[in-house]
Amino acid sequence: MSKDHKAPGLLDPAILMPAMRDAVKKLNPRQLLRNPVIFVTEVVAGVVTLLFLRDLVSNPAEAGFSGQIAAWLWFTVLFATFAEAVAEGRGRAQADSLKRTKSELVARRLIAGGKTESVPSTSLKIGDIVIVKVGELIPGDGEVIEGVASVNESAITGESAPVIRESGGDRSAVTGGTQVLSDEIKVKITVAPGSSFVDRMIALIEGAKRQKTPNEIALSILLSGLTLIFLFVCVAIWGLAGYSGTVLSVTVLAALLVTLIPTTIGGLLSSIGIAGMDRLVRFNVIATSGRAVEAAGDVDTLLLDKTGTITFGNRMASDFVAAPGVTQVELAEAALLASLSDETPEGRSVVALATGEFGVAMPQAKFDAVIGFTAETRLSGVDLAGRRLRKGAVDAVLKFAGLTEDDAPADFRRAVDTIARSGGTPLAVADGTRLLGAIHLKDVVKPGIKERFAALRAMGIRTVMVTGDNPVTAAAIASEAGVDDYLAQATPEDKLAFIRREQQGGRLIAMCGDGTNDAPALAQADVGVAMQTGTQAAREAANMVDLDSSPTKLIEIVEIGKQLLMTRGSLTTFSIANDVAKYFAIIPAMFVATYPALDALNVMGLASPQSAILSAVIFNALIIVALIPLALRGVSYRPSGAASLLRRNLLVYGLGGLLLPFAGIKIIDLAITALHLV
Amino acid sequence: MTIIGWLQISLLFAAVALVIKPLGLFMARVFEGERTFLSPVMGPLERGIYRLSGIDPRKEQGWLAYTLSMLAFSLIGFVSLYAILRLQAYLPLNPQGFAAVPADLAFNTAVSFVTNTNWQNYAGEATMSHFSQMAGLTVHNFLSAATGMALAIAFTRAFTRSRIATLGNFWVDMTRATLFVLLPLSIVTAIVFVAMGLPQTLQASISATTLEGANQIISLGPVASQEAIKQLGTNGGGFFNANAAHPFENPTAFSNYLNIFAMLSISAALVYTFGQMVGNRRQGWALISAIAVLLIAGVAVTYWAEAQGNTILTALGVDPALGNMEGKEVRFGQAMTALYAAVTTGLSDGGVNGMHGSFTGLGGLIPMFLIQLGEVLPGGVGSGLYGLIVFALLSVFVAGLMVGRTPEFLGKKIEGREMKFAMLAILILPLAILGFTAISAMLPIAVASIGTAGPHGLSEILYAYTSAAGNNGSAFGGLSGNTLWYNTTLGIAMLLGRFAYVVPVMAIAGSLAAKVKVPASSGTFPTDGPLFVGLLIGIILILGGLQFFPALALGPIVEHFAMLAGQTF
Repeated sequence: MSKDHKAPGLLDPAILMPAMRDAVKKLNPRQLLRNPVIFVTEVVAGVVTLLFLRDLVSNPAEAGFSGQIAAWLWFTVLFATFAEAVAEGRGRAQADSLKRTKSELVARRLIAGGKTESVPSTSLKIGDIVIVKVGELIPGDGEVIEGVASVNESAITGESAPVIRESGGDRSAVTGGTQVLSDEIKVKITVAPGSSFVDRMIALIEGAKRQKTPNEIALSILLSGLTLIFLFVCVAIWGLAGYSGTVLSVTVLAALLVTLIPTTIGGLLSSIGIAGMDRLVRFNVIATSGRAVEAAGDVDTLLLDKTGTITFGNRMASDFVAAPGVTQVELAEAALLASLSDETPEGRSVVALATGEFGVAMPQAKFDAVIGFTAETRLSGVDLAGRRLRKGAVDAVLKFAGLTEDDAPADFRRAVDTIARSGGTPLAVADGTRLLGAIHLKDVVKPGIKERFAALRAMGIRTVMVTGDNPVTAAAIASEAGVDDYLAQATPEDKLAFIRREQQGGRLIAMCGDGTNDAPALAQADVGVAMQTGTQAAREAANMVDLDSSPTKLIEIVEIGKQLLMTRGSLTTFSIANDVAKYFAIIPAMFVATYPALDALNVMGLASPQSAILSAVIFNALIIVALIPLALRGVSYRPSGAASLLRRNLLVYGLGGLLLPFAGIKIIDLAITALHLV
Repeated sequence: MTIIGWLQISLLFAAVALVIKPLGLFMARVFEGERTFLSPVMGPLERGIYRLSGIDPRKEQGWLAYTLSMLAFSLIGFVSLYAILRLQAYLPLNPQGFAAVPADLAFNTAVSFVTNTNWQNYAGEATMSHFSQMAGLTVHNFLSAATGMALAIAFTRAFTRSRIATLGNFWVDMTRATLFVLLPLSIVTAIVFVAMGLPQTLQASISATTLEGANQIISLGPVASQEAIKQLGTNGGGFFNANAAHPFENPTAFSNYLNIFAMLSISAALVYTFGQMVGNRRQGWALISAIAVLLIAGVAVTYWAEAQGNTILTALGVDPALGNMEGKEVRFGQAMTALYAAVTTGLSDGGVNGMHGSFTGLGGLIPMFLIQLGEVLPGGVGSGLYGLIVFALLSVFVAGLMVGRTPEFLGKKIEGREMKFAMLAILILPLAILGFTAISAMLPIAVASIGTAGPHGLSEILYAYTSAAGNNGSAFGGLSGNTLWYNTTLGIAMLLGRFAYVVPVMAIAGSLAAKVKVPASSGTFPTDGPLFVGLLIGIILILGGLQFFPALALGPIVEHFAMLAGQTF
């Protein structure tokens, strides 16, 4: 997988050809039993085929009609299995690239006495310790217990830059199939072969282990119920027709039944689910269950870590507050000089602010002395031309200047205070004993994040920022980023408690995390997204893993979940709305011989009863194929409130579903009449 | 159609709209156990009943216990009513000396009154003693209505509670429904009816000398009291065979108005009670709007069809301005007959003031279709409300996904379990109606009962089972239903329509009550706005239409087009 994986084209022959083969294989009734609507269709198709054979022998005049109906009923089933096969094929294309990394690995297993033996990776057990040297592939998922190594994880993440894996701490997890680029590590295997991360990923993407999600189950019940109702209806029609003096052929009743039962959504339901998982994979997120994707659409509250998600994570200089008698440019100049030797991100941000916003030129002068930043001194600076410029933590700089906090000028103290109260961090700048002013360091909120939160709010999702900062700082950043709430000075226990409290109130929570101490909260959250760079514990606890390790991904995940549910709902509505037109095609066709007056119901003006019935059956089959792209792509989604989404989708899929088949059936009728098919 | 006709219709709906809120609020107080202005009178009576029957009014029941209580109560009601009918010859108050009601008819009638259907395969004035009418039928007019209200309130509570396994106490809800709502309203209504000229006497009959000098025996009885609860409890079982077309049941245009008003008011107000109890009055109004749109459309089509008259008769020289007056009382006319027909069928009342079978094809189609929609417009007291909520759940389930969340209604997630029971409930109506109709249409002994050949005969059968399974009770006319076949199968259809429907519905209630109530946000499917109203109307129409269109096509729809084509059968 590469970072920019594009979806394979919808008509990619590499996927379509095998899918056609699979579609035929899927006709196995035992396999189709999972899908009651299509199963019923297959049974009906079988019955009509038998009738066709009977007609061939005893009533050749009818055989042309029943043969065509039988063929189109089989097409209906095939199109449905084809839809599923295509969705699976697209997933398999993803999985194949992963599988390549899985080909037989040899593990160097540690045995008693410090010796090693070579064993195939498939025979590794949990608790085995293996040694992996430079250039070797790590044989299974595990934890580094000794050593440090740089590891190429691009096979999993698509990120080509190597990552550091070391024993202890939050970066100890390694994934089977990734390559050690330097050094040697001892890895304790934590996952049995066959259930490793890559294995699960492959199984999920291929759809092999796919279980129906709760909402899918509920929807299947609705569809089965409707199927049963229409079965009653068709059986009853036979009786009622008998009273009216019409003898209905089973072929015609079968055609009516199949057009009425919700074959469209029944045929596309599982592809919608598989495609949803697939879309996540394209976003470089692996979900461990379809249930999690569904839950993502329902999320009410997003729990977001401040650092890295909402802010860049480093404090950055945002302003210079000059002391009386000093201009801001003078202060900027001094701060720039004093920060040149500070290689920390904060120091660099001072340089960037001074040269950028304040337009100070980079100095060319030679310095008499350069004082680098260290954690002990907490200041940096230069000596030049008799000036001793220093920049650093306020107390450190005051100490350098020989001042106590009380000696400092009142204006300076007020400036420092204001910065601290606004949630920022003040730094001081001094020239010898003279205080020049303060630098305002603050957490810089990522650009565009506020708009994203506003969009989430419109979708009805609350954002809660979690930070270890004190409440003052937290409040300041929260209001700047536009989150709805924040959790300051949060410990992992606080997070867990917060999630439980929200869930008690009936809300669904999504969060992301990477550390081992995030694991309980990740497990408790309804949608827990672990970073690929995170610990094994976090990845085990979460129900999704983000291969890019980008915390803002949570927002896309929610959108994908919503899109999945919307696609399902839209096609269900469409499918049911379709039935109205089919009645107007088939009912007059069935009874016009007995009651010529019923021709008034033939609003589409279909040519003959047989062409009307055949057109309805053909439309019913073709609509499945026509909607496969929509099922795979998902209905278009723009973040907005429920009311406007509903209005739009009801109009497109509800009203559209009501009207489209009238036109569609009419066109097909014109075509088959022109071709003299009946 | 005339302006006056439409004014009459609008005035009635306006009057009902006015009582919805106060009556709805009153009932919410009653069922929440709060004090009302009737408490000083009814309170001691209520407490006395509990003490006498050993009921602890504070003890709540889970859905299963609640449902079993209801089933046991209905079973006892059925057995006692059956006994009364079979033994009426030995019981008092039988001035006409009627013999025992035959077994199959007694079964049909007992089921009919216990299920709030009030289908009548008998002529009251020629079959039932005063004792049977008063201690048997009228009692069940109260109890079956009160049972329906209790069930609806229990279902409502499923949405007011979060993580609570109980739904209230059946005995308490049923007692309060009777004492605080049905009884006082019936007393007032009965007195007004008496003032309008309805008889209320234990005298069997009087004889009168007609203009021709002949002697006529005119049946009498305690009509006004039964008439009041017949309408308030959406029962519809008339004292006389001609039901509300009989001048002693419905003497004047004004009594006709009161009839319709009485049957609509409690059912409509209960929807408001629902909104009040779940803490969202807008929700109540939204549901009422959906009902109003469909019901008024039903009235309009029926009125239009009847006012158009019969084109075949027009061709023979009948003035089309008269419209179709066949089967209508001249003192009510087309507007008030159309209104009565649509309301009584939208409501599961089943009283009639005209003969639906004599309507035009389209005019007869509407009452039948309104029942087939599930008796939710606004349906029988109680049963209409829970039926409507099931439709709301289905609407939310089908379309709710379109907002990108799993479906929820009033903060309750609709999942597999709810869907399973909802589908079980929904299956009942087509199963009972289409199943029995199809069998009857092919069974010679059943076909022998029809009054007219051709599609109209099919309409008669279809209407009968529709009315029974929908627990409506109105008859199309023409079908001789008092046969072993119809008495039995219609009885079964009534039982299915009431109990096989409500048990899964109560299971849904139990499951929903135990769920956590999810707070609403702007991402939640809005269920109290016009969009939802439109959706709900669409789902009710499409679902009802899809199930019954083929059957209707062979009955009233063919009749309509055949009439236009000048074809007779």
